[in-house]
Amino acid sequence: MTIQFNDETFHGDFTFKNSEWAIKRFPFPFHEDSYMYSVNMEPHKSYRPGSVFERTFDVDEHYVSEMRDRARVLANDPLRCQSLPHMTLAGWDLVELIMEAKAAEYPDLFELHKEGNRWRWVNKPLGIDDTFTFLDESTLPYGPMEYITRQTQGDFAVLDQRDDNLWMDAGMVTTQADWSLDFDIGMNFFEWHAPVPKAHEMGIFVRALKFLLNIQQGQPARRLNWTMTVNPLLDTSPENYHKWGVMKQGLTMENIGEKQHLRVELQTFFRLPRSNALVFPIRCYLISFNDLVTVPKWARRLHRVIRDLPEELAAYKGFIDNRPLMVEWLSQFDDGSPTSDGIWPDDN
Amino acid sequence: MSAGTAKLNVTVAEVKPVNDLVTRFKFVRTGGGDLPTFSGGAHTVVEMQDGDITRLNAYSLMSNPADRGAYTISVRRDDQGRGGSRFMHGRVKEGMEMVISNPVNLFSLDLRAKKHLMLAGGIGITPFMAQMHQLAMMGGHFELHYAVRTASLGTYAKELSERYPGKVHIYHDDQNEAIDLKTLLANQPLGTHVYVCGPKGMINWVHSTAGEMGWPREAVHSEEFLAPASGKPFEVKCAVSNKIVQVGEHQSLLEALEAAGIDAPYLCRGGACGQCETNVIGYDGKFLHYDHWLTDEQKAGGKHIMPCVSRFEGKTLVLDR
Ligand code: FES
Repeated sequence: MTIQFNDETFHGDFTFKNSEWAIKRFPFPFHEDSYMYSVNMEPHKSYRPGSVFERTFDVDEHYVSEMRDRARVLANDPLRCQSLPHMTLAGWDLVELIMEAKAAEYPDLFELHKEGNRWRWVNKPLGIDDTFTFLDESTLPYGPMEYITRQTQGDFAVLDQRDDNLWMDAGMVTTQADWSLDFDIGMNFFEWHAPVPKAHEMGIFVRALKFLLNIQQGQPARRLNWTMTVNPLLDTSPENYHKWGVMKQGLTMENIGEKQHLRVELQTFFRLPRSNALVFPIRCYLISFNDLVTVPKWARRLHRVIRDLPEELAAYKGFIDNRPLMVEWLSQFDDGSPTSDGIWPDDN
Repeated sequence: MSAGTAKLNVTVAEVKPVNDLVTRFKFVRTGGGDLPTFSGGAHTVVEMQDGDITRLNAYSLMSNPADRGAYTISVRRDDQGRGGSRFMHGRVKEGMEMVISNPVNLFSLDLRAKKHLMLAGGIGITPFMAQMHQLAMMGGHFELHYAVRTASLGTYAKELSERYPGKVHIYHDDQNEAIDLKTLLANQPLGTHVYVCGPKGMINWVHSTAGEMGWPREAVHSEEFLAPASGKPFEVKCAVSNKIVQVGEHQSLLEALEAAGIDAPYLCRGGACGQCETNVIGYDGKFLHYDHWLTDEQKAGGKHIMPCVSRFEGKTLVLDR
């Protein structure tokens, strides 16, 4: 196999780590020295070989351990995966989308053999070799969405489209940045973004909804979002805030490089063909400050972005208390020289 | 977002006259391979290279959505129309290579429905054919009521009655048969959704009757693509691209923008999807709004136009394109 999979944890002893390969391809989200909130949507097309944008569904060295972490979270809380009855067909759409993409783009890791509706799926990293009947739930150990998302990194929000709105009617959510599927299930786009305080913000939501409703088959889109997490926690759910919220305390100049992580979400948006539903895979990438500053451009830029970020944004993203320490620590790596445009490390 | 939808290269595999007005076309992927899966109710936009003019018409996909080997559409000839359907009937031959869009669905089934009640008029039958394939495969509960002018113009009526025995009801205009909508609606089980596709009068009738009978708005679905209207030529100034564009008598504003190389989005080209909505920067004259998309207030407000179907009469029109 071409990828060396890490044996690591995202809780307890936190043995998560990024190899040099994973650091170099990290989706650093800042293309300039300041950050402005924007929708920053682009077509989800293959881009830059080796990058996380190359494949439809990125598979990296964390795959096997992330799937183990998902199984652990689900065992503790089965409500992290839910699908209302009318979403089963969308689940099959997702099975088809993921299996076809992975088998075509990672032939050394995944295989899909079809004989009519009789499908054989081989997932070598997870040691799975299953034969099932497409569109027949009784031939799989779980519902179709749960089956495939237990084998795919990232969270999945599966949305029904009706009445010119989107409804969060299914999902697999175990690596989220502080939101809850169990709370949002069955809500429409405005309900799960509520309360929207200002008319002006309402306008942004109406435009965003219109964009999403118009996502077409064959034209997926993507965007990056980011936040900060102390310790490499995938599961920062509101249900578990009492466990992870306290970790934000106790950062020092000595431990911040190791404990503080930049958390980047690669959000993608696909129209599902049979159900006409939309799926939003939300893939989470973590990188410790220590690893991040090994790329000089990113170290300088992150210092400037965090230093100049408006108060409300630092508060909204939940790291306002630790910001002074972050800025102080990062300033050691900023010699004031200019940074190049774009998100990629400078070649040298 | 850029204009239009992702494209598919296809070859015409079959051209088959169905009756005096309707011809069926079958497309396979040029060079072989599967076409994308679609959902019942989806349409594709077919590009027609008619001399210097590129015509783009939306047609519902009527084949089995699970069959990725081919797509099938049926085109009703409209001799009064602007030429798209005549091009399809007269010029498209087996073996010809064409470009169509990826499937787009503006008329999808509500999969929460306990029962799907389908009302079709004339060529409005086509989206239901794919939906019935899909429902039959999933074991869904459905019933079709189909109004045709005469038996010989009852496109696919016979096939459908045979394929879905007991579920298909045909009404012939020339025999004074009519759908008894009130009784039909009154006798549906709770959780039924109604779908209507056909002439404008029929769509309005179904919406208003269901509304009067207390059906929830969300349980009544319809689709009608309008053909762009012809009208007096007019001139448009495009502020963003800084171009002046002439719109011909039989050309839509959208087509004129495209011909001038201006990025103009669309999905349905029939006034139904909202994708082509364009801001009006200034005008002196009067709008001829033909779309289903803008609200009456928006139409009166003079700040928006849907270029795929709507027109303008007057001295100046400045658009945000
Ligand atoms: S393109 Fe659909 S409304 Fe104009």
